[in-house]
Amino acid sequence: MGKSTIIPFGPQHPVLPEPVHLDLEIMDEKVVRAIPSIGYVHRGLEKLTETKDYNEMFYVIERICGICSFGHGWGYTLAVEGLMNVDVPDRADYLRTALHELSRIHSHLLWLGLLADGLGFESLFMHCWRLREKVLDLFEKMTGGRVIFSICKVGGLRKDITPEMQNDVLKTIKSLRNEVNSLTKVFLDDASVKNRLCGVGKLSKTEAVDLCAVGPVARGSGVNNDIRLTGIGKYLDLGFKPILEEDGDCYARCKVRILELYQSFDLIEQIMLELPQGPVDVPVKGMPPSNDFIARMEQPRGEAFYYVQGNGTKYLQRMRVRTPTNANIPAMVKTLQGCDLTDVSMLILTIDPCISCTER
Amino acid sequence: MASFKMAKTVLKSLFKKPATAMYPAVPREWTERTRGHVGIIEENCILCGICARKCPTNAIVVDRKGKTWTINRMSCIQCESCVEACPKKCLAMAPSYTPPSVEKITDIFEIPLPDKEKTEA
Ligand code: SF4
Ligand code: SF4
Repeated sequence: MGKSTIIPFGPQHPVLPEPVHLDLEIMDEKVVRAIPSIGYVHRGLEKLTETKDYNEMFYVIERICGICSFGHGWGYTLAVEGLMNVDVPDRADYLRTALHELSRIHSHLLWLGLLADGLGFESLFMHCWRLREKVLDLFEKMTGGRVIFSICKVGGLRKDITPEMQNDVLKTIKSLRNEVNSLTKVFLDDASVKNRLCGVGKLSKTEAVDLCAVGPVARGSGVNNDIRLTGIGKYLDLGFKPILEEDGDCYARCKVRILELYQSFDLIEQIMLELPQGPVDVPVKGMPPSNDFIARMEQPRGEAFYYVQGNGTKYLQRMRVRTPTNANIPAMVKTLQGCDLTDVSMLILTIDPCISCTER
Repeated sequence: MASFKMAKTVLKSLFKKPATAMYPAVPREWTERTRGHVGIIEENCILCGICARKCPTNAIVVDRKGKTWTINRMSCIQCESCVEACPKKCLAMAPSYTPPSVEKITDIFEIPLPDKEKTEA
């Protein structure tokens, strides 16, 4: 038995572009303890509520994250709509659901690419990102932006989509489904990928519950805490069922995300085929009242939480966001304990960390 | 378990066109809705200043005395609020992006207001 050493990991590390720093206490190539520290990219977005009114704040919230930008915008509008008692028309709700699922596809494809990159599987990484590009092009066609969409607003959507766009979405989803099929085989069956993922970083169901894991990390351990079941958007009307895996290792977390891709394809196709006609927004009158409201949203990475407090003026009194990565850091630290030094990057990757949104 | 699951995909892509574009030699195609930059039709503007008030980043400055409409291209976040708010519909989102630059560009537009006196807001 040697004595332990501390190896710093990050905040700049080739395996992921996210600025998270870990002090890894290592003994004989095994991690004994991991101490995370974040706070490198704090932007103080919540403070901006003091100078931006509740409509302008939407653009700020959207910029919390470049990947779940639609989800953040939607979560915020849900909170403000709840505060102001605004009912969104059906068509807008369906479209929001579809756009959110499209974001999930692009987020999961991005993550699969990063995972492949972490595995050292460069061609797989390139192919995942090539497919993601198709989703971004679709977004550009529908909303005008590739990353920041600015299509949601309090009261509905700012732009409707045309029947041609509807067809484009269906066509793209069809071709994506074919191409994702060939990549799925690699992620789920290839020996070299399985060697790196199977049995690594086990998180049991009780541990996932105790450590308050969210999103695919929790669902990979069999914990059903999908916020889409609580009635946001039109998920319940679409017969949504969360995807659960029992093993709790890296492979299970990867499988959950891959199956969620197919589920998103199904949901979007269903929405595009049965999209109701009608307006996409309602006029919003008055100012946010002196009250507060909490909304929750299932982001690609897990549950996000939005708190808004009004004070009767156009400025909100307080606005708070808690992002999924924040909730998943304890689970990550737990899985790191006792793992091999070589697996550290895999374990950090499989919680799909988004440190920039954690720090807002 | 199996190996070489990726082989077929890789071999196929050997014979395909590259997925990337030869930018900037081949320019990118914009979609109809692409939000590239804000354009203004100077003749229609009445210098009412609503766009400046609606802009979340204060990128627009409307000078009624000097008859100019100024936009700071680097501050603008392409949110389209000004376009939606303009009562004369003289603003529009143009699809192409402004060229990259090492300094903060402000574009100043002279507004040819008709000479009958403007009313103060
Ligand atoms: S809102 Fe329209 S008309 Fe008024 S100042 Fe701006 S561009 Fe001109
Ligand atoms: S697009 Fe948005 S940020 Fe840009 S000038 Fe208009 S209102 Fe301001």
